[in-house]
Amino acid sequence: MSLPKEYRYSKEHEWVKVEGDKVRIGITEFAQDELGDIVFVELPEVGDELDLDEPFGSVESVKTVSELYAPVSGKIVEINEELEDSPELVNESPFEKAWMVVVELSDESQLDDLMDADEYQKMIDAE
Amino acid sequence: MTKQADFPVIFELSQENRKGYSLPELDVPDVDLDSEFSSDYIRQTNPDLPEVSELQIMRHYTALSKRNHGVDSGFYPLGSCTMKYNPKINEDVARFPGFSQIHPYQDESTVQGALGLMYDLQSSLSEITGMYDVTLQPAAGAQGEWTGLMMIRAFHEANGDYNRTKVIVPDSAHGTNPASATVAGFEAVTVKSDERGLVDLEDLKRVVGDDTAALMLTNPNTLGLFEEHIVEMANIIHDAGGRLYYDGANLNAIMGYARPGDMGFDVVHLNLHKTFTGPHGGGGPGSGPVGVSEELAKFLPKPVLTTNGESYYFDHDRPDSIGRVKPYYGNFGINVRAYTYIRSMGPDGLKQVSENAVLNANYMMRRLQEEYELPFTQHCKHEFVLSGKNQKKLGVRTLDIAKRLLDFGYHPPTIYFPLNVEEALMVEPTETESKETLDEFIDAMIQISNEAKEDPELVQEAPYTTVISRLDETQAARKPVLRYYRTEE
Repeated sequence: MSLPKEYRYSKEHEWVKVEGDKVRIGITEFAQDELGDIVFVELPEVGDELDLDEPFGSVESVKTVSELYAPVSGKIVEINEELEDSPELVNESPFEKAWMVVVELSDESQLDDLMDADEYQKMIDAE
Repeated sequence: MTKQADFPVIFELSQENRKGYSLPELDVPDVDLDSEFSSDYIRQTNPDLPEVSELQIMRHYTALSKRNHGVDSGFYPLGSCTMKYNPKINEDVARFPGFSQIHPYQDESTVQGALGLMYDLQSSLSEITGMYDVTLQPAAGAQGEWTGLMMIRAFHEANGDYNRTKVIVPDSAHGTNPASATVAGFEAVTVKSDERGLVDLEDLKRVVGDDTAALMLTNPNTLGLFEEHIVEMANIIHDAGGRLYYDGANLNAIMGYARPGDMGFDVVHLNLHKTFTGPHGGGGPGSGPVGVSEELAKFLPKPVLTTNGESYYFDHDRPDSIGRVKPYYGNFGINVRAYTYIRSMGPDGLKQVSENAVLNANYMMRRLQEEYELPFTQHCKHEFVLSGKNQKKLGVRTLDIAKRLLDFGYHPPTIYFPLNVEEALMVEPTETESKETLDEFIDAMIQISNEAKEDPELVQEAPYTTVISRLDETQAARKPVLRYYRTEE
């Protein structure tokens, strides 16, 4: 599996793509593979605040419900409404079509604490 | 293989005017409905009920029951659920006319025997759990949890302490614990497990505070491991002003040997349909009595069943009570079964139950750890958790292993729980199974592990021998069909 090199990654298996002063967030290929077939994605609402490391939504698969932990703090400016009707996108296209939220960063320095693709690859290889 | 269409629903068997019953002659005066009720309240068309003969009903439901799997038909090692055998003497006693032919509105003086049984059951459960008093009202475990938490809330509020908003639960907890805490108006906070699968004391110290209402815990925990530091944990919670809640789902491992009350727990709920052999798993109903320490007793749901030495009666004069939590008084029929079980086993029998439950689980765990990853290697109590990690590397997931077990005639163990074990497979054999059954199951598990190595596809596509093969669970969850519609011809 190849990881987008320009993305940043969290220990909780989320990816973060920087777009100016905003970031786009989703879960990784590894995360969707661990979870199995996704049947429901619960997302916050536009305008909600995201607090670093706090849960902001959940992903439900056939076997389990897993919380989404905020990789950064900030304000939700966009959510992927398509996931409501098509949760299977998370399995099919975790890095592209199944982005979950776009967040306006409140502290850009938090990005430095996330992993790059090589570091994340090492982490999942060790699991 | 039989197709689903070969099993019509009972409505499809219906033929107009066919009868499967006969009513006795009316022995009370006939009443003309029209003179008693206005037409708004009288049904104008017949209800759409199936009209079938007695034999059709028998065949229909017998056929359905044959497609089912219960503990009376085969091994059912569903971890955390204690699917043990329910002795049939329980059913005999529950059908005694003095228990089955009475009504909750009868005068107390006419049902002293039934009330006496309930009072004795309360006393027995108090003794078994080491608690001061017990209520039989809650209808099942989850309601018991909620009842217990409401009493803890009432306790804090009676002390003028309104800031205790958090309930701590371990990351291995039963899902009902955080759910009950939320429904009772608390915020659920997670405490981590350490590398041995026990509550991490340092993390507990980190999350506890003056906003802690309670810690909810089951001991042994959901990994089947005894929380060795339970007294220290109780001290941490009590020193912070919180109260300790015991989830009785796992009492089957320690009954007769250790009592939650002695460990420092303030509230205990029991699942009579698990440890105390009420039928469950669709058969139900459940029963979830709650035991409390002396300081919490005044908050028990009312009315409280008690005695003045001469007769038993319901005490409604309980000003601090959290109120009634169920109409009438608990699931009486299940409580009769639990009482029968306790009395037919006796104190030594109940101790033997725990011994054999723990012995059976350890025997299976040690034999299975040669083929399956065992994340926590200390002795277990009544259940243990394996990981399907090794098999997953071969492309065979725990779900596939569970499906393959169906071909051997077993109900699969609990899978993907607890959440803190990857590809979890949670086995609880219970004390009622023979060594031969345990060995046969172990052999099947070893065979499946070998199949995963030699022919993974065989496991991935199981089951083969069941009425219905692999279900599309994803589609069922994404696009559930929850209603039956009759197609008119």
